[in-house]
Amino acid sequence: MIFMKERTLLKLYELMYRSRFMEETITRLWNDGHIYGEMHLGIGEEAIIAGVLSHLIPGDAIATDHRGTPPFVMRGVDLEALLLEILGHPKGLCLGMGGHMHLFSQELLLTSSGIVGSSGPSAVGFALAAKYRKTNNIAVAFFGEGSMNQGMLLESLNLAAAMSLPVLFVCKDNNWAITTQSSEVTGGVLLDRVRGFGIEAREIDGSDVTTVWQAVETAIPRMRKSTKSPYFIQANCTHNEGHFLGDPLLRFHRAPRKEFGAVTGPLMKSVLQYKGGRIDKRIRSVTKVLSLIAKSRMQLSDSKDPLLRFEKDNRDLEDQFTQIKSSIQSETNLLVERIMGIIQEEGVL
Amino acid sequence: MRTMEFAEAIESALKQAMSENPDIFLLGEDLHTLRVNLLAQFGKERVQSTPISESAFLGAGVSAAMAGLRPIVEIMLVDFIGVAADALLNHAAKVHAFSGGKWSVPLVVRASCGGGYGDGGQHEQSLWGWLAHIPGINVVVPSNPADAGNLLLSAIEADHPVIYLEHKLLADYWLDYMGTGGRENVTFDIPEAGAKGEVPNKWQPLPIGEAKILREGSDLTMISLGVSVHRCIEAAAILTNEDISTEIIDLRWVSPLDTSCIINSVSKTHRVIVVDEDYLRFGLSGEIAAIVAEEINSKFQFGRVCTDFTIPFNRNLEDNILPNVNRILDVARAFTYE
Ligand SMILES: Cc1ncc(C[n+]2csc(CCOP(=O)(O)OP(=O)(O)O)c2C)c(N)n1
Ligand SMILES: [Mg+2]
Repeated sequence: MIFMKERTLLKLYELMYRSRFMEETITRLWNDGHIYGEMHLGIGEEAIIAGVLSHLIPGDAIATDHRGTPPFVMRGVDLEALLLEILGHPKGLCLGMGGHMHLFSQELLLTSSGIVGSSGPSAVGFALAAKYRKTNNIAVAFFGEGSMNQGMLLESLNLAAAMSLPVLFVCKDNNWAITTQSSEVTGGVLLDRVRGFGIEAREIDGSDVTTVWQAVETAIPRMRKSTKSPYFIQANCTHNEGHFLGDPLLRFHRAPRKEFGAVTGPLMKSVLQYKGGRIDKRIRSVTKVLSLIAKSRMQLSDSKDPLLRFEKDNRDLEDQFTQIKSSIQSETNLLVERIMGIIQEEGVL
Repeated sequence: MRTMEFAEAIESALKQAMSENPDIFLLGEDLHTLRVNLLAQFGKERVQSTPISESAFLGAGVSAAMAGLRPIVEIMLVDFIGVAADALLNHAAKVHAFSGGKWSVPLVVRASCGGGYGDGGQHEQSLWGWLAHIPGINVVVPSNPADAGNLLLSAIEADHPVIYLEHKLLADYWLDYMGTGGRENVTFDIPEAGAKGEVPNKWQPLPIGEAKILREGSDLTMISLGVSVHRCIEAAAILTNEDISTEIIDLRWVSPLDTSCIINSVSKTHRVIVVDEDYLRFGLSGEIAAIVAEEINSKFQFGRVCTDFTIPFNRNLEDNILPNVNRILDVARAFTYE
């Protein structure tokens, strides 16, 4: 156990809560129809992101996946520009071109991508540039456990190991990839896989920010030294909005009557078609899908919520937490008011 | 005749094909949910969910087809084919030629495509021109439910690789997942005739590479496919009021391209606009210009309405980058008519 100063704890809480409140705000804007398309949140991942980012120094690069908002918030991107971007506004961070899945900040060396696994090669390249320039900077790749089956990410692990590059690979493991339980489509054990490349790897509880902070605290100094090497962290987490807002499996739990009505008709008709597979196989398939829907409910639980966990573990800081929360809330609410004012004035986005 | 939605038609045609041929099976991510009705009817050997390993399972689809099966490999969004391009480019497309025509690859790749719902430039591309560029692969893009079912059978029955692209503005479940997320307060410009329509009682494969003339006309030929076909229909109706008579060709197939249909029409109208949601440069529109230039000796006027930039997330910018009725009208009106 490494001692953590109160200041560090409060800083971690502030990072996590700023991101959380921003994404709760985004949820509201999305629900109100101000944001088009998909919306993947990092709610539930805040401890992992905060625990890693609080160790980064200027010049370190971060490659994120489709859940880029928390790292962008926590790395200090201008929040007005960020929110405008997520709304698709021409004055946004990327002039409305990117949206939440394609956020970029050249200044802060932050990238994101909607292509699963692509943060691997991206981080390797930034690490290569850092080593080439003989700086002590590192690069971080954030990705989900589902991405660990994507070729380019596995190739990146090998590349970073073979070329001794300072890449911190951070696997945010919620065991879900859209509607697939990753354990059902993954051979072997991820940590064994990574160690097979000669990379040091460990699994931690990603809902506990102090655990993440401490793990990275030990990993990073070695990565910054002249003998560069990659490091891998597998951190567990839960997304209580499922894959994205409006998650089709979670809808069954939230509006069961509507969903079951739409699905069961065609489903039963298919089971009872004259032509098709053997009846026992059909029934087994349907049972499996129904049990998957049942299992998806576990995502709704807040038992792994990193903020609740942190508040519970640090009851002595309750007053400070309340203060941090209320100042972030009023700052963010003012920001939203201003932005929605701009949007309303302009008539359209 | 019966009426069906676009995605329902695809599923219905798949049920027919899978009932008739036990060698047909599906391979792709999240198929246990995306294709749950097929899973319920045919069981998990025929509807197999994969890890997020496109290069491996598309490559495996190629050789499973070489082994005599009839795989339908699903790439969720055609944009993601980038990570698995080698399986198509250097394998699916090449085996028949390399083997001196002795070994074929009866593979279908099914993917969703297209934009107009605010998902950004990595999820809304068309890419059919890019794919059709490769000899040895056919690419088909249906624009309505009847074609969606019939053309799927054409793709399945072909003895060579066919990429079958379903537009997300037409397929309701894709739009529900990726566009609305179950909300009722966001709307999209969904062409009604493309999303729902009459379909045959029994699905019948259509000839590979056959375009369809949707509307006859004498002054101007619009050549298009997918959702853009419906933008052309709308534009043509407006042009009628301006005394411009428009012929519309729904190509259906990017490759093989129905060159004789194109040539016949343009020989008559001498004016052609290609409306193509795919990228402007080095693609379908340029190819059509080349064919017309090569084959037609008389003078003709040519214009194109395509996507000439990375598709923006901002909905207004997006709607202007993708082909739309106004852009089609601008090009049509700039032609000279005597
Ligand atoms: C190459 C590619 N294939 C498929 C997809 C569709 N897709 C988007 S997110 C996702 C699941 C990713 O799972 P994971 O890496 O565990 O991240 P999580 O969403 O659980 O955070 C998939 C399959 C994609 N975006 N890119
Ligand atoms: Mg996951």
